[in-house]
Amino acid sequence: MQKKAILLGSDAVAHGVKLSRPQVISAYPITPQTHIIETLSEMVDKGELKSQYIKVESEMSAIAAVLGSVSAGSRSFTASSSQGLAMMHELLHWFAGARLPLVLVNANRALGAPWNIWSDQSDSFSQRDTGWLQIYCETSQEALDTIIMAYKASEQLMLPIMVMIDGFILSHTMEQLLVPDQQEVDEYLPAYRPPYQLDPDNPLTFGGAAQPDLFYELKKTFSETMTEALTIIDNCQDEFANKFGRKYKPVMRCLEGDEKSDTALLCCGAMTGTARVAVENLRENGTSIDLYKLRLLRPFPNRELAEALKDKKRVIVLNRACSYGVGGTLSQEVRAALYNLPQRPLVNDVMISLGGKEVFPETIAEVVGNREQLSAIDCNWL
Amino acid sequence: MIEVRVHGRGGQGGVTSAEMLAIAAINEGKFAQAFPSFGPERRGAPVIAFARVSEQKIRNRTKVYTPDVVVVLDPSVLSIVNVEEGLKSDGILVINSAKSLSELRSEYGFKTSLARVDATHIAMEELGLPITNTTMLGAAIKARSLVPVEALIGPLEVRFGRIAAKNIKALQRAYKETEVDLI
Repeated sequence: MQKKAILLGSDAVAHGVKLSRPQVISAYPITPQTHIIETLSEMVDKGELKSQYIKVESEMSAIAAVLGSVSAGSRSFTASSSQGLAMMHELLHWFAGARLPLVLVNANRALGAPWNIWSDQSDSFSQRDTGWLQIYCETSQEALDTIIMAYKASEQLMLPIMVMIDGFILSHTMEQLLVPDQQEVDEYLPAYRPPYQLDPDNPLTFGGAAQPDLFYELKKTFSETMTEALTIIDNCQDEFANKFGRKYKPVMRCLEGDEKSDTALLCCGAMTGTARVAVENLRENGTSIDLYKLRLLRPFPNRELAEALKDKKRVIVLNRACSYGVGGTLSQEVRAALYNLPQRPLVNDVMISLGGKEVFPETIAEVVGNREQLSAIDCNWL
Repeated sequence: MIEVRVHGRGGQGGVTSAEMLAIAAINEGKFAQAFPSFGPERRGAPVIAFARVSEQKIRNRTKVYTPDVVVVLDPSVLSIVNVEEGLKSDGILVINSAKSLSELRSEYGFKTSLARVDATHIAMEELGLPITNTTMLGAAIKARSLVPVEALIGPLEVRFGRIAAKNIKALQRAYKETEVDLI
């Protein structure tokens, strides 16, 4: 039985983590993520969650602490945001390269300067080449569910997964959701059985040096695992849907109807909710338009995305992260995935928000209304 | 969909008001959201919080710009914040004030429907503190029947524990004592 609950997004994340039974948690506070680890530390203090909570003096230490605990064979958790995630950068590469499973929740927030604490996906998008899987969530329910699925996939793949919620927009909003039953989660996600671990009785070398040819071979294997990861993630999502009734896919079509529409909007994260309102309004006013959300940024679902968008004439990508000098980071990924289609759609790159700039349904409708005037090459700023 | 904006000062529990309202509405089978004005916490500064209540699933993630109900927890913000901003023409302003409805209208020039209650006085008598977030919930649901009074009792009991009874009494008193002037 799943229990109806009314929770802040950050508490929904904490519940997802608790249900996944991590043995070690280490994190350093940063707005807007702090509520997640505050709630978890309370859960540990009250004995509701049997986990070792390691207090640290920085995000670098937090990621280092869980690097150690996962190496020793413990399911672990950390969370961060913005500058905190940036500070972890060096060990993010190390974590993935060492093939260690972990779930990290990042509350998306802008990177300074100038100082800004609001929602912006540049922090996690700029970690996309670290070898971590990345999943973006539209709602708190999706975040809670994704954490549980992410642990399962991460331990099957022996790769770390970053789960994103938009800072404030999800983390600080209270809404209703269903919390799965612990016993059912335990059936879905059995205890972590590491294939190798730090053990004084069975000494192994972790992260040792690799000569050029071996390094190349290891990275080739890594890359192949990343490709297989799509199937494994999908299997974990399907198994979750069978057990808990909520279906998730790497790319999801958001609204029924208008199958024949030749124009699509694409975005990721909580903005999808507002885009749904915009698309419903546009359709009521006679504009035929489709909406897709991307959940999985790494591995990038190239084939799934190309299949979903192959009949479209135009795809408008709404970005909340910028690769300066090119444009919206998500747009570049979408363009690359669609390039080999025999008749590829035009991709309009739109920078809809950075640093918490409000995304109104009307703003999205206006972008769609002016689509003929949008640049097909340059990034379109509002 | 009914949208609510709560004005207060940081630390006065405006977010809790919005959350209690959302929880009560959800328990009544509706859909709801509650959230603060996103930003750093600022004790003592004028702050706002929001709630949405709807019969349908709520997808919109913007702040509330055109509220149906505006609740003012602290009368001292009236002179520094335009609490009427964006209020729908058929909306209502619910103010904690010792002043009469006509005094409020003449002093601030309010044109919309108005409700008032001396929530600070009630809170001092019932709670012994000038914290009006739960008291003003009684006024808000008198002004616009968002949820029945009884629907707030459960959420308050969960949130306030041993001091819930006093808060519930303050809320019920405000519900009775609130004066409403519909335009």
